[in-house]
Amino acid sequence: MWSYAIRRILATIPVLCVVAIIVFLLLRLSPGDPAAIIAGDNATVDDIAMIRAQLGLDRPLLQQFVFWLGQLLSGDFGNSIYLARPVIGLIMERVEPTLALSVTTMAFAMLLAIPMGVLAAWRAGSWVDQTIMALSVLAFSVPVFLIGYGLVIGFSLTLDLLPVQGFVSLSDDPLQFLRHLVLPTIALGLVYSALLARITRATMLETLNEDFIRTARAKGLAEPRVLLLHALKNASVPIVTTIGTGLALLIGGVVVTESVFAIPGIGRLTIEAVLQRDYPVIQGVILVIAAVYVFVNLAIDLAYPLLDPRIRF
Amino acid sequence: MAFDAAEAPVLVVDGLRTEFATGEGPPSVAVHDLSFTVRRGETLCIVGESGCGKSLTALSILRLLPRPYGRIGAGRVLLDGQDLAQISDAEMRAVRGRAISMIFQEPMSSLNPVLTIGRQIAETVMVHEQLDWSACMGRALEMLRQVRIPEPERRLQEYPHQLSGGMRQRVMIAMALVCRPRVLLADEPTTALDVTIQAQILDLVRDLQQETGTAVILITHDLGVVAEMAERVLVMYAGNKVEEGSVTEIFDAPTHPYTRGLMAAMPHLGGGQGHRGRLNEIPGVVPALHARPPGCSFAPRCPLVLDKCRVEAPPLLGVGGTHAAACWVTAGNA
Repeated sequence: MWSYAIRRILATIPVLCVVAIIVFLLLRLSPGDPAAIIAGDNATVDDIAMIRAQLGLDRPLLQQFVFWLGQLLSGDFGNSIYLARPVIGLIMERVEPTLALSVTTMAFAMLLAIPMGVLAAWRAGSWVDQTIMALSVLAFSVPVFLIGYGLVIGFSLTLDLLPVQGFVSLSDDPLQFLRHLVLPTIALGLVYSALLARITRATMLETLNEDFIRTARAKGLAEPRVLLLHALKNASVPIVTTIGTGLALLIGGVVVTESVFAIPGIGRLTIEAVLQRDYPVIQGVILVIAAVYVFVNLAIDLAYPLLDPRIRF
Repeated sequence: MAFDAAEAPVLVVDGLRTEFATGEGPPSVAVHDLSFTVRRGETLCIVGESGCGKSLTALSILRLLPRPYGRIGAGRVLLDGQDLAQISDAEMRAVRGRAISMIFQEPMSSLNPVLTIGRQIAETVMVHEQLDWSACMGRALEMLRQVRIPEPERRLQEYPHQLSGGMRQRVMIAMALVCRPRVLLADEPTTALDVTIQAQILDLVRDLQQETGTAVILITHDLGVVAEMAERVLVMYAGNKVEEGSVTEIFDAPTHPYTRGLMAAMPHLGGGQGHRGRLNEIPGVVPALHARPPGCSFAPRCPLVLDKCRVEAPPLLGVGGTHAAACWVTAGNA
């Protein structure tokens, strides 16, 4: 078990290296000279050359990479071109809203999708199943921004129940913090829920056909116990896997959701950085997001043996 | 085991008809007008090829037919006089696992792979006897000892994949008998096991039956198992009872051509020199559910078939003692 965990943790290193290489090349291969962009429209050739030397862009590629990687490992993600501040500080400032939104969205999706998927599988083929599956197609197909604006028009503008946009820190006002998160969470969570509900249904459907489910019923167990203990625990590995891989979907959605609801999080930072071609910030954001994705999936891999005792490494 | 023939039977199946809804038109009948009884401590073997409706009979008794298509179309299943076909779902759950238990053919897939053995046995006690969890685990441990599993304390904490096939079937038996049921339905319990393990499992079932007085309905296609275990035998073909009698009646004088065919298909040991030819087989296969012929369903495969057999299904006719068979040719004139 421990050797599996250690091997699995070590295996993230090459993945992160590949991410680092791609992120590094992104800047070097992208159209337009970053030095020229930084220098502005009225810069002279000498200005650009100076900036280039400052950024180390005049050195050989490999040397640049090693230097850059060394900086990364010491926690230095470089400086924002526009704000002239360390990237790592910019990201840290924006972490709270994004983290809050991600956690509420995941919780919302799991609480909504897993019961729906179980219910649909339990009553497969019935109108309940068909309704749930039709809604999931709908939720998966409608773009996040459309759901977002729809919710704002309905709940904020027409009914005046919830704030239109913005973010309040948890430490400032917990109630306002939650109120501001409701609509973004629903907007972002529906897509994720749709995916999760479909996977839950498919896996549960398979599990419910297993012999041991018949055994559980033959023992006189009530349906909730059959479904939630005997079936769902067996179906948990694919469901948890989907929670992990679906994170990619969530990350894309965060960028859009934060724009729709004017939430000052990582997503907004990303968009601002892209629009301004603020390469160090873009690189920093990509690295952080990739690392989060890799580590969440690592955590999920490490959780497998807890869910299914047959998985031993 | 000795049993009192005058005692009222524990389980009476009366005119059971199990059907499957089809897309359109009338439902397919999988078990047709089946009646039998079992008494306390008695072993009834239900014999037949795959697809004869043996397992569906057992699932009908427990009302565990595959949903939503399978259902009991007619008939009664009386447990101590109470008709299980009529009671509510909640009442039925109280019967399953407590009054009537079932063990299945494939012990690996019939045990939940992600729950410990102790937990799977103990939860049966918990739902039926409302004891606290440690008492339930105590009962599970006691039951593992009874089914002669070595190191029961350790096994309690293990998962099914950590046990051998024979041990798993012992666990299934422990799980089925932990609430001392009145009836045990055993659906091909030894088919998936090695021959030596088969004998051990059958011995175990018989010993526990003697201790508890449980009535056993043993479903099998193996006449060796029947000879070993049964007091009475019921032969099924294509959803119909074709012959019934005590084990001696059936083995001494098999009457229905299907029963004779099954007997002839059994390998014989010590048949003398030069007796190593092909085994006899019954030509053809059991007709599919939707393609059952009119008249006797065995007629297309029967060596003795008459014109009448293809038109009219023979009734079950007594041929002496408790022995009865449904055949125009062999039982009709008896």
